[in-house]
Parts: sequence; C-alpha cells; structure tokens
Amino acid sequence: MKMLTFAGRNTKEILRDPLNLTFMFGFPLVLIALLSAIQANVPVELFVIERLAPGITVFGLSFMTLFSATIIAKDRGSSLLQRLYTTPLTPMDFILGYTLPIIPIAMAQCVICYIAAFFLGLSITVNVLYAVIFIIPVSVLYVAVGLLCGSVFNDKQVGGICGALLTNLSAWLSGIWFDLDLVGGAFKKIAYALPFVHAVDMERAVIAGNFADIFPHIWWVLGYAAIILVLAVLLFLRQMRKQ
Amino acid sequence: MDAIRIDGLTKKYKDVVAVDNLNLSIHKGELFSLLGVNGAGKTTTIKMLSCLTQPTSGDAFLNGKSICKDAAAVKSLIAVSPQETAVAPGLFVRENLELMCGVHGLSKDKKNAKIAELTKLLGLETVINKKAGKLSGGWQRRLSIAMALISEPEILFLDEPTLGLDVLARSDLWDMIRALKEKVTIILTTHYMEEAEALSDRIAIMKDGKLLICDTADKIKEAAGTDNFEQAFVRIVKGVSK
Repeated sequence: MKMLTFAGRNTKEILRDPLNLTFMFGFPLVLIALLSAIQANVPVELFVIERLAPGITVFGLSFMTLFSATIIAKDRGSSLLQRLYTTPLTPMDFILGYTLPIIPIAMAQCVICYIAAFFLGLSITVNVLYAVIFIIPVSVLYVAVGLLCGSVFNDKQVGGICGALLTNLSAWLSGIWFDLDLVGGAFKKIAYALPFVHAVDMERAVIAGNFADIFPHIWWVLGYAAIILVLAVLLFLRQMRKQ
Repeated sequence: MDAIRIDGLTKKYKDVVAVDNLNLSIHKGELFSLLGVNGAGKTTTIKMLSCLTQPTSGDAFLNGKSICKDAAAVKSLIAVSPQETAVAPGLFVRENLELMCGVHGLSKDKKNAKIAELTKLLGLETVINKKAGKLSGGWQRRLSIAMALISEPEILFLDEPTLGLDVLARSDLWDMIRALKEKVTIILTTHYMEEAEALSDRIAIMKDGKLLICDTADKIKEAAGTDNFEQAFVRIVKGVSK
C-alpha cells in the first residue's frame, strides 16, 4: 500500500508533464507516419510496416528510460527523497515505486503504436497482443537503465546521457532504420552484443508469428535486463546510504 | 522527561570530524535550536538523529529508542522538514498531503481528518487545489511543514524552515511554529539569531562539530556579557577560536 502510494505519485509526476506526453505518444506516432509515407514513395522495401512498427515500439521505450531517470535524479536533487527516507518506506518500496509505474505506460505506448500501425496497413492478428506482452521484459530493461542512470547522474546529466546517448544507441544499433547486414563487420558485431537489436528482432518475430525465432533474442533481453536491474538496485541503495 | 538523549555522538568523513563527541539532552515539548556557522555540524547532527546517516561512534535515544539499533522505531516517532523545500512539484497541495498519509499507512478516514486538520492549522485552504510547484516559497514551506506533521510525530526536525522567506512569510511561520510548541518536541536549525531567540526554549551553539554552549537565550547572553543575542553568538563562536 505504501509502495503503491509512492508509485502513484511517480505516475502522476510523469503523466502530468506535457513534454513527456509529447515524447511518449506523439514522437513514435510521428515516426511511424513519416517513415510509412517514405515507404509509400520508394520502390524498395525500406520501412515495411510489419518490420517498422515493432521497431518503433522498442525505440519508444528509450523515452521510458529518460522519464524514470529524470524523476529519480530530480527527486535526489530536491529534498523530497530525503524526507521520504525518514518515513517507513523501505528500500524495496522505493525501487518498485520508481519501476512499476513505467511498465503500464510502456505498454500503453506500445498499444498506441500498433493501433496507428493498423491504420497504416498492419494486419490485426492475435500476434499484436503477444507483441504487447513481450514488450514487458524489454520495458524492464529500459526502466532498469533509467533507475541506474537516475541513481548515478543528476537531472542535467540524465538529459544528455539518456536523452541523447541512449536514444541514439537504441536507434542506430537496433536495426530499426536499416538492415545491419548492410553495414556488417564490427558495427553489426557490436550491435548484436547489445540488447537493442535483440529486442527488435524478438518483437518482429512475435508480430510475424514466428515464435521459434524469438530465441535466442529473448535470452539477451532477459539477461541484460537482469544484470542491469541488479546493478541499478545496488547503485540506488548506494546513493540511498550516501543521502 | 527527555525526548532526546545524545551520548557522545560523533561523525567522521575521512579526515573531517563533522560532529565531535556531542552530548545533549532535549526535553519533551521543548523547542530546541541548534545554531552555528556553516560547517558547524548542525545538519549532520539532524541527519544522524533522523536516521539518514549512521554515526561513526556514540548513540542517541529518541523517546528511549536507539538511532543505531532501532532505526525503524525512531522513524515512526519523527518527521523531518528538510532545509530545501521537499514537496512533489507536479502534485496538487492536497495530493502532497495524501502522499504522506499513504506512505505512513493512514486509513482513509484518518487521512481525510488529518488533511482537514493540517489544512486549517497551516492556513492552506486557499491553495489546497493548486500545484505545489506553482506556489511561492512561503507557501511551499508551509506545505513542507504540513507534510512533516501528517504522521503526528512526537519529534519534529525543522532544518532552516524560514530560509529565503520574506519578513511577512517568516512572521507567519513563526506563529505556526509557536502553535506547535509543547504538542511536539521541535528541533530547529537556523542562521537567523532573532529567530532562535524568539522561538526557542533552549539553544545550543556548535562550531567545528563541537558543542560550545547549551542554555536559554538569556543565559547565553549573560555568559557572553552582552544584551544582544547576535553579539553573544559571535563572541562565543570567536572566543573558542582565539
């Protein structure tokens, strides 16, 4: 109950920021519409909706990292966390309170992207429902990165690192905008050593109904999510002790 | 009866001794001020007493509960209004109060009663439906103190509650703090001498982590040989450094 109160506060803080809403729902929709318009006017298969939509749902999660990192960093910068540390809230309440509100927001973002994709030609199948479910572990990964960054950096640094660096990494090394085979070599190896392209490949396999193809990508996503979450929790507890 | 007993409390950060073997007793219902120049150890003392930081050595007992061995029990007795305004800016005033009710596990009935009581006590009626982040500094301080009082603390720490406020807002807050006296044991830190003199039952002056004197404002003035409290503070602080 105490944790849920804290989680409710975090949800309100995130959803009441118009800039957050713009990035959360507006930006992915603009990307889907724009890239689909490009696809309609080029003779090659560049941004086919069946491959583009799952990619955008994963890319949109980089904003979840930004939101979770920003709210934690801002709370650390103000005295609000110090006040809350003197209440009966436990360290686990704080961690869950910052993490849990983002998951339904991420799922809502994913649903909105797929609804937009229906209008752009994506077939309405049960696989879309599975894709929304499979976005949960990917969301955990992105939220864990947010928890980690928010525990280490201040709100200005978070803007640079999560807002610029992570969104770019997530964009270029995920194979959303171009086939990584076109670049190949070290670039492709680095991309496949990171979780972003695995998350996109997993979502694409789910949308296509090729459930056997979600492997090994899901292990990469779950593995990265688990490692980063553990690291994030340790760093959050460390800053909590330092406060 | 003592609300707080401090026994040899010490906090070291690498080579710096922030609080050095502090011994003090604060009575129940007392308004006790901690004074000192920057780096005197006031905030570190409050952080240790409110279980935000562990002492290097020594212990303190709040209503008999040890800050080292029984932090959870201590947390249930206290509330802190930190130096900076500690409100959730995106929430409305009422939601900020509800947040504190929720994290303290108050029932729905008790929550509504408590919010009504504190809204009246702190005169928050006119801003109750405004966003906390849009309020002036004075209103945010009031809200911050109201949030601290939600849990009906037996001991309240006010860390520089009137810092940066204009004269009228400060006067209003003084009235409010006076209204709380005796219901709650209050430990106040401030840089304003007139504030400490006007509000406190007793005052402790610290320098370099050490306690220099602890007495009533009149006795401190007498000890320093002056009628002016600010002058007394300066003499006592400088006297030790000579």
